[in-house]
Formats: sequence, structure tokens, C-alpha cells
Amino acid sequence: MNQLKNFTKGLLKENPILVLVLGMCPTLATTSSALNGLGMGLATTFVLLGSNVFISLLKNVIPDKVRIPAFIVIIATFVTIVDLMMQAYVPSLYSTLGIFIPLIVVNCIVLGRAEAFASKNTVLSSAVDGIGMGIGFTLALGVLGAIRELLGNGSILGHKFINGDGIILFILAPGAFIALGYLMAVINKIKKV
Amino acid sequence: MAKLESSLKNMMLSLTLISLGASAALGFVNDFTTEPIQKQITAKTVNAIKQVVPEFTNNPVDEVFKVATAEGDSLNVYPAKNGEEIIGYAVRSYTNKGYGGYISFMIGFKPDGTIVNINVLEQKETPGLGTKMVPEGTADKPEFKDQFMGKNPETFTLKVKKEGGPVDAITAATISSKAFCDGVERAYSTLKKGGLI
Amino acid sequence: MEYILIIISAIFVNNVVLSQFLGVCPFLGVSNKVQTALGMAGAVTFVIVLATMVTYIIHTYVLVPLHIEFMQTITFILVIASLVQMVEIILKKISQPLYQALGIFLPLITTNCAVLGVSILVIKKNLSLMMGITYGAATAIGFGLALVLLAGIREQLELADIPKGMQGVPILLITAGILAMAFMGFTGLV
Repeated sequence: MNQLKNFTKGLLKENPILVLVLGMCPTLATTSSALNGLGMGLATTFVLLGSNVFISLLKNVIPDKVRIPAFIVIIATFVTIVDLMMQAYVPSLYSTLGIFIPLIVVNCIVLGRAEAFASKNTVLSSAVDGIGMGIGFTLALGVLGAIRELLGNGSILGHKFINGDGIILFILAPGAFIALGYLMAVINKIKKV
Repeated sequence: MAKLESSLKNMMLSLTLISLGASAALGFVNDFTTEPIQKQITAKTVNAIKQVVPEFTNNPVDEVFKVATAEGDSLNVYPAKNGEEIIGYAVRSYTNKGYGGYISFMIGFKPDGTIVNINVLEQKETPGLGTKMVPEGTADKPEFKDQFMGKNPETFTLKVKKEGGPVDAITAATISSKAFCDGVERAYSTLKKGGLI
Repeated sequence: MEYILIIISAIFVNNVVLSQFLGVCPFLGVSNKVQTALGMAGAVTFVIVLATMVTYIIHTYVLVPLHIEFMQTITFILVIASLVQMVEIILKKISQPLYQALGIFLPLITTNCAVLGVSILVIKKNLSLMMGITYGAATAIGFGLALVLLAGIREQLELADIPKGMQGVPILLITAGILAMAFMGFTGLV
């Protein structure tokens, strides 16, 4: 029951992007299509899971005063693993996401979960928390990506729904800000009801 | 297990061990991804070359050489051979004059200087306008870059109509079209200067 | 000439925040007052220039000779984190007023992706050390410009009557979107 709660809180109630407003940079930059958003989300989920598990495992042997550098080393290790793997096996996705893969390291969500959750909880809870937060992040990115792709290109995941060019603005930078702004406003409204 | 104290010895020890573990893990992952990554990069180049020159039997990536441009830098030229006979050159050219700045191309020429095909590798042009330089059209629905194919820059001046040339610019993207011509021109004049065509 | 192009491109055409999406968190977080925005911009400029310099030197003289470029991310973030700490300690010792002006922003800068982003981009773009520093400084100025602009708008926004659901972050994002649209007018400048 408790684990279920750890898992579901990341989906909506504490959704890292839509509610906690963390990790805005990759959210805006990589959601020009649903596929890119999902790819970025999954890469981040892997890092979250890996760093949460390891930090929780090592929490007793990391002295308090050096915990932040230690966390950063662990997180950076997982980020580099994802970076190399994606470069080797999904090169086209890697080249669209570009610099935002190494930048997962400074995504506030990852360090935030390490500090707020993994360093205080058991390995299992931390793993569940990592996956839940990761999926919440992926979901938000996927939804935002789908909205922008649909408005900007008339398609979702490459399937054309509307003929014609669409409102190109939504694929460009301003569209990212505007689409996310409206998405958050809708979530705010839903939460209040 | 009780939490370790923050004594100097503990802090040093714990950080050193974590860093060691991290480096070891990364070294290991790097070892087995180096080869696939190299392969991907080569495959990408080979694919780009394949699209712009006639079918070849050699490995153009292994035989790549550099040719100096008029501006003092150099371009990579990939020779395509059928047996020993040279059947074309793929040139990796670029321009800085795009609407979004840098654009890079892979441009294929026959040994007589005729353009076979042009592949846009990287560009940051405006989606829906300048990006129309990327796709290849069909016989009944030609795209911008189709007008270059089979033309020889010797007789086909690489200039848009506004500048007195024969090239039909992309609607509402004259700068992108001019940049495209500039990239092709750079490839052609470099080959010419190197005495290859 | 090349330097001027780099500067204009980094400040206006490819503005870090509004077109590259780096440093969005502090952009939304510390832009409620023009005064704070200026402080943050100053601190970021300082750290970006320093970080670009140090990471460039480490990359060229340590990582490349040893063929361990894959350690880039981990080295760069550690360098930046310790750099920020050091700057904080040094500032505290030598200049109390400067520390009071920039001090509170420094801890936030480690996780500002603009800093790590610029360091990585300088390496990726194969810039020379001088060009890298110019690029870093110009990027930071672009960040400051966006921050101050948004802060100015936010001060006005406080007086406006905004629908409940839109209050807070949503209206900020939409404002930023309109700013980004305005900045799109600069494309084609270089």
C-alpha cells in the first residue's frame, strides 16, 4: 500500500514538472515532438532509478558533509552511461536530444529526489519513488510533446491527423513556453475541482 | 549500520571510493560502446554519401582526403569508385549564410562536374520555410533541390533569380535559398581548385 | 568580426533562455524583481566565464591527452560545483559588499544548466579559448537580458487581474513565450 503511494504520488499529485515545476529546461527543449519528449523522459527515468537505488544503498557510508559531491558523482555516472548507450544504440534520437542528455546531471529533479527521498529511505522505496517520479516526468513530457506536435505539425508520434502544415510556432521556442503555460493552467484548474 | 561520521578521514575515504567505483563503471561502459559508436558514425557518413553519388564498390570513408577551399580552410572529399575507376566525388560542404547560420551538406558530383544529388546534413532554418531545402521531390511534385540535379555549375550559375541566376528560390526563404547555392558553389569551386573536375 | 558575430548571436539570435532553453529554472525563479534579476545575472556571468575557462583547460590538457573524453560530464559538473563553492568562500573573505550582492545566488548556480551547457557547447563547437570565453560572457549577458526583461514585465503583472488558474507559473510561461516570439525577430541577423 505504502509502495503504491510512493509510486503514484509522482504521477499527478507531486508531478515533477506540472506541480513541482522542476526540470524546466529539458521539458521545454525536447518536446518538439511526442517521440522526443518520451525519449528524454525515459533517459531521465533511468538516471533517476539508478541514482536513487545507489544513493539509498550507500547512504550510510556517505558522511553528511560530503553528501552533495558524492550524489553528484553518482548521478553523473548514470548520466554518462545513458549518454554512451544512446549514442551507440539510438543515434538519431541522441542527435535530436543533443546537449540535453549530459544536462540531465543538473536536472533539479534528480538531485532533488536524491536529497529529499533516497538519502532517507530504503532501497525498495527509493527505487519505487525513482520510477514513479520518472514516469510522471515522462508522461508530462510525452503529453506536452504530443500537444506541440499536433498543433505544430498535425501529427502525433509521426501519424498525420490533420493535413497541412499546422501552426509552426508551436514547434518553435515560443510555442514551448506557451503550450506548457496553458497545460499547467489546466492542471491547476483540475486540481482545484 | 550507523551513519558514518563526517571526519576528514571518512569523507576522503568515502569520496575516493565512490569516485573509483564510478570511474570503473564508466570505463567499462565506454569500452563496450566505443565500437558501436564508431560504427554508427561511419554508417551515417556512408549513408549520406550513398544518397548523392552513383553506386560504388570501394569504401569512400577510408579514402577520404582534404581539399583546400579558396577561403583557406578545407573540405572533406570522399571519392566513389567502381573498381579502380572514379565515378564521382561526395563533398562535405557548408555555409554560414543560412537564416539560422550554419548549414552543412553532402554534395555528389560526377567527375565531369555534374551535380548528382545534394543531402542537407545539419540546418537550423525556419521550419516550414527554409527547411523546404531538405526533402527530395518526385517527378510530378518537384522540391527545391531537384532543380540542381543533373546540372553542371559550369553552365548552371549557382545564383537565385533575384541575383540574375537560374535558381528558383524557396517562397519566403530567399536567404536560405541563397545559402544553399553558396554551399553548393563552395563544393564545386573547391573541387575545381583541387583539379578534380 | 568573428567575435562580434559570436556576441550578437549569443545575446539576441540564439538567446540561451528564450531559444536554447538553458537556465529556465532561475529564469522563472528569481525574476520577480529587477534588482534581484540584476544580482543573479551578475553572479551567473562571473561563474560562466570562470567555468568556461577552467573546463576548457581541463578538457584540452587533461581529458584529450588521456583519451577519456567520455568523462566530460562528470568532470565538468564537479569542476563547476567546486568552482562555485570556491568563489563563494573567496568572495566572503575579500569583498563583503560583493558577497552580499551575489552570495545568495551562488549556491543556485551549480544546478543552472546554462553553466554546464555553455561549457559543453564550447567544446562541441570547437571554439578556441578566447572565443569560448567571449561566447560564455555573451551567453551570460543574454541570460541577464532575458531575466531583467521578464522581471520588468512581472513587476507590472502584479497589478494585473489574472484568472485564477493562470496565476503564478502559467502566466509567466506565456509571458516568456511572447518574449521568445519577440526574440525570434532577431533570426537572420547574422
